[in-house]
Amino acid sequence: MTKLITDVVCPFCGTLCDDLEVVVSDDGKELLEVNNACAIGAEKFLHSQAKDRLTRPRMRNEDGSWREVSYDEAAEFTAQMLAKSKKPLMYGWSSTNCESQVVGSHVAELVGGQLDNTATVCHGSTLIAVQDVGVPSCTLGEIKNRADMVVFWGCNPAHAHPRHMSRYSLFPRGFFTAKGHRGRTAVVVDPRPTDSANLADIYLPVEQGRDYELLSALRVAFRNEQLPDVVAGISKEKIYEVAEKMKNARFGCIFFGMGVTHSLSNNHNIDIAIQVTRDLNEFTKWSIMPMRGHYNVTGAGEVWGWQFGFPFCVDLSRGFARYNPGESSSNDLLMREEIDSVFVLGSDPGAHFPFSSVKKMNALPCVVVDPHITPSTVVADLHVPVAFVGVEVGGCAYRMDSVPIESHKVVDAPEGMLTDEEFLKLVLARVKEIKGV
Amino acid sequence: MQGVTMEGGKEKPAYRDACGIIELNPEDLKELGIWHGTNVRVASQHGWVIVKAIKATQGPHPGLGWIPMGPWANRVIDPNTYSMGMPTFKGVPVTVEPAPDEKVLDSLAVLEEML
Ligand code: SF4
Repeated sequence: MTKLITDVVCPFCGTLCDDLEVVVSDDGKELLEVNNACAIGAEKFLHSQAKDRLTRPRMRNEDGSWREVSYDEAAEFTAQMLAKSKKPLMYGWSSTNCESQVVGSHVAELVGGQLDNTATVCHGSTLIAVQDVGVPSCTLGEIKNRADMVVFWGCNPAHAHPRHMSRYSLFPRGFFTAKGHRGRTAVVVDPRPTDSANLADIYLPVEQGRDYELLSALRVAFRNEQLPDVVAGISKEKIYEVAEKMKNARFGCIFFGMGVTHSLSNNHNIDIAIQVTRDLNEFTKWSIMPMRGHYNVTGAGEVWGWQFGFPFCVDLSRGFARYNPGESSSNDLLMREEIDSVFVLGSDPGAHFPFSSVKKMNALPCVVVDPHITPSTVVADLHVPVAFVGVEVGGCAYRMDSVPIESHKVVDAPEGMLTDEEFLKLVLARVKEIKGV
Repeated sequence: MQGVTMEGGKEKPAYRDACGIIELNPEDLKELGIWHGTNVRVASQHGWVIVKAIKATQGPHPGLGWIPMGPWANRVIDPNTYSMGMPTFKGVPVTVEPAPDEKVLDSLAVLEEML
């Protein structure tokens, strides 16, 4: 006999689809089938079942090979490393639940850690822009029910958030959007004609790195002022046309992604995208929302927001929270060699940081807590595999629109494996002993 | 697809096949004198890496190369954050040369090679 678990939350991307159905074996140990998820989400669930999965921590030997150690030894090593460091970098926190993030913050406070999450290489520019100019926001539910126009700027939901368009932003029929896709105008702005662009009514092939100009041009067009013939590769007629459509929408939303946060003008791209949204609110109702990647990166920002007042790049080395991206951000800290140890949980900087930073990590004592073997484990001295959050343990996660959602556990973790939270609690207890608090 | 292979295990060849690539415009392939599937050496001021050149699946985008997020891309991007915290992942000038005899390494080896 098998069991069907319904209303399961997908722990992969910031869309946090909460309508998955999972078939598990009667004893609750094996996960057999995942329904409703996109290919990435399904793979995340199924990969947790991989037979070659690591189930015990492993420590690096002198010669580079690994030996198995117990969780207690792993916690001891981690606690000693962190307690001895002057400025440990504690990075990641996005593929885990808020409960673990809280325990991690306690550890960081005691050891004077540099707390940073994956926003630092993702939507960090967005967070800075939001602090600079504020943000007109809404929930994904409102978009489903009200939006008759959506703009995808520098993001490719067809690949990165595969069910975003079908659940919320483009296809669904909502309370005031009974015509679904036919009732919505979709605009895609991207230098590459992506698969998302294929679904759009209007595609604007902006020149790479020229988003700021195009956003400024829209602001000019809203005011019916003069534009040059071509801006950022787009003709002025097209810009006036899109601007007019945006002004005449009933309710619209700009979704934006790495295309704007990763290009050189970073946060200023988003400042002005927010100003575009502001301008539109003089005429009608518009919102703007970052397409957050990791399913709980938003949660990391929220948790630290309540605890320290800052969503990422939190420097606790002086006993109180300081925040200065560019100074207290992971890559800058690594580049300036200010860090003396690295603790990674719930992310993979080995794969996602510039190579020069990874090289710096390699030279330092480094602990990686991750269910998978990843490029980060290549530079780790200790690798602690843990239960999959969202699959083998539940907990709170924040969707990209900052709505907290409680996720469920669907199967048991392999015998004797700890969760992130349990491992962090071991480390916290040991750090307290070492520090005598 | 990039995301699927990431979740399937980054040490596996599927992740390399999905992310150890550069998408180029068909015209640009022609100019380099190579076919879809030829390995190339991509170099910037910040480093170099061997990846497989493929015809843009989401294109054309003449003059633009696109390497998916991952350790291959990160060997050539600009690590400078310009006091923003964010390395410059996009818009980094690179040169592309055919390297048909070189191998595209898996995600672990692509780091180990340079450490
Ligand atoms: S869209 Fe995102 S949250 Fe939804 S099933 Fe796919 S990966 Fe999971």
